[in-house]
Amino acid sequence: MNTLALFSGAVTLLGAIMVITRQVAVHAVLYLVVTLLGLATVFALLGAPFAAALEVIIYAGAIMVLFVFVIMMLNLGQSDREREKEWLRPRIWLGPALLSILLCAELIYSVSSSPQQEGPLAPLSARDVGLSLFGPYVLMVELVSFLLLAGLITAFHIGRHRTEGR
Amino acid sequence: MSQIPFLAIVLTPLVILALATLLTWVERRLLGLWQDRHGPNRVGPGGLFQAVADGIKILFKQDWIPPFADKAIFVLAPTIGMMTVLLSFGAIPFTAWSGIVGTLNVGLLFILGMMGLGVYAVVLAGWASNSKYALLGGMRAAAQMISYEVFMGLSLLGVVMIAGSFNLHDIVMAQTHCWFILPQCLGFLVFLLAGIAETHRLPFDLPEGENELGAGFHTEYSGMKFGMFFIAEYAGIILISSLVTTLYLGGWQGPLLPAALWFLLKTTSVVIFFILLRAALPRPRYDQLMALGWKILLPLSLLNVTATGTVLMLRAAG
Amino acid sequence: MLNTVRTLFLTFLHAFQRRATVQYPEEHPYLPPRYRGRIILSRDPDGMERCVACNLCAVACPVDCISLQKTEENGRWYPEFFRINFSRCIFCGFCEEACPTYAIQLTPDFEMSEYARPNLVYEKEDLLISGTGKYPDYSFYHVAGVTIPGKDRGEAKRERPPVDLHTLLP
Repeated sequence: MNTLALFSGAVTLLGAIMVITRQVAVHAVLYLVVTLLGLATVFALLGAPFAAALEVIIYAGAIMVLFVFVIMMLNLGQSDREREKEWLRPRIWLGPALLSILLCAELIYSVSSSPQQEGPLAPLSARDVGLSLFGPYVLMVELVSFLLLAGLITAFHIGRHRTEGR
Repeated sequence: MSQIPFLAIVLTPLVILALATLLTWVERRLLGLWQDRHGPNRVGPGGLFQAVADGIKILFKQDWIPPFADKAIFVLAPTIGMMTVLLSFGAIPFTAWSGIVGTLNVGLLFILGMMGLGVYAVVLAGWASNSKYALLGGMRAAAQMISYEVFMGLSLLGVVMIAGSFNLHDIVMAQTHCWFILPQCLGFLVFLLAGIAETHRLPFDLPEGENELGAGFHTEYSGMKFGMFFIAEYAGIILISSLVTTLYLGGWQGPLLPAALWFLLKTTSVVIFFILLRAALPRPRYDQLMALGWKILLPLSLLNVTATGTVLMLRAAG
Repeated sequence: MLNTVRTLFLTFLHAFQRRATVQYPEEHPYLPPRYRGRIILSRDPDGMERCVACNLCAVACPVDCISLQKTEENGRWYPEFFRINFSRCIFCGFCEEACPTYAIQLTPDFEMSEYARPNLVYEKEDLLISGTGKYPDYSFYHVAGVTIPGKDRGEAKRERPPVDLHTLLP
């Protein structure tokens, strides 16, 4: 189990690196999908199949398709690839990369020094997720629903068909 | 790992592929039947081997990748389509023995997720072909399939609420006394329509739309790559039909006959209904399709969820 | 919604109706005598060729698939060769309409597929039949004023004897 989780974690990491380094936008999006799928596998192996399924359905299945949809409409060409290549010079990514490595090292150190949780994790069912969402976190759910409603209204306002001479 | 028989993992995709190939012939015969024709009836008994002949033909056709295509994704797209459909079958309980991973406690969500990934096959095929018709088909597919995924998920909520589980095995067991098609008739209707749209079958085959887009997203495909799209579409029909059977028609349960036969019988009748839809109905315009989805199916499925929840709550209280 | 269900039901009922398709090699469709199929060259009731090589069919042919050459024998005109390229023929029947002697006729036969394209070029031997086709009693030389051996001037049907220019009698 541990090896499998590490393996899918490695796939996730590799996918994420590929997302950054691809020059064609659709290739990057595809690697992002792979990353999300790897993440879903990690979730499933950690005993949260519900979260894994939602990750696949919502992120990999719906949001990324919208990304592809938008990229398809943008009609990117050779010039965009040139610009991407321009942006991928070491001078530009070296600084952020160093800082990220520092953060990563800190994370690894803190995880390895904290007491290990032994024993198998109980699988988290959809029921547990629902109970916690509408129990202790009900305020967050309501806030998020407000945010979504605001987004919905904005989208409706922007996308509304305006008649001339109104 | 030992509780999953190796044989089942090998056999299920093969049987599904064979059935999907056979379905191409069945569909043509049935369409003929309903259009006062005969359909393919020459090769083998009743034309049964027409599917084999078509398979051989498509295997030997030139497999051409257009020079302007994005080659890697062009090859990847049909593979995704095939794989997601075949993977979905893993979670479907064909009999009481409950499929390959029938014990998966998020089985329904797994299938929904696979369908969500299946969108990539169409969208990426449209994009990678790098031609106008294919791109239009891909964009239509993206919008259509994402929209109808919403209604599909919402329509399934009622079933999940009554059964109290995402596990397909449990859902079938919950239908021992009453098929869910009765209490969930609204949800059934929405799921059926969303299923047709999700497999981009006629009458909702706008991503392909032969008379306006050439062949839509697979305009540039030939040979076995096209064949994979083709077979994946038919496997998708079988998938949706077996889902309808599992979720609304009581799954493998039935008197007298063995479980697998009941499942086959119910699934076949749903498949035949799908083909009847193709024979009878014209394709709607794209905005009509979207209006049907967002203005009719979405309120219907929300109503279904609310009504189901109210009834369940009242029953729990009273 | 109700309309859709009705459409579905009516389409389903079509399963029990008669098939419109004819299972061709086993059962043949009825073709009327004036069906425009394979072109033939017919003969007189006397058994002579009707074609007088007037070239009107070749002129009328919109796809130029007829080619022939005139020759003469005992006052009768014949085609030296008569060639129809059926890989070009569109079976429009203009040649039949143009023919002044009812020689060229279209028949209700369409089963003339070949594996090699040159085999579709029919020569005179392939085109000539031994019968008279659709007009059993018609013979061009018996109604035309042309002299042939055995029929002198004025002996054709509905033809008066030639006027003797050297007599003054009415």
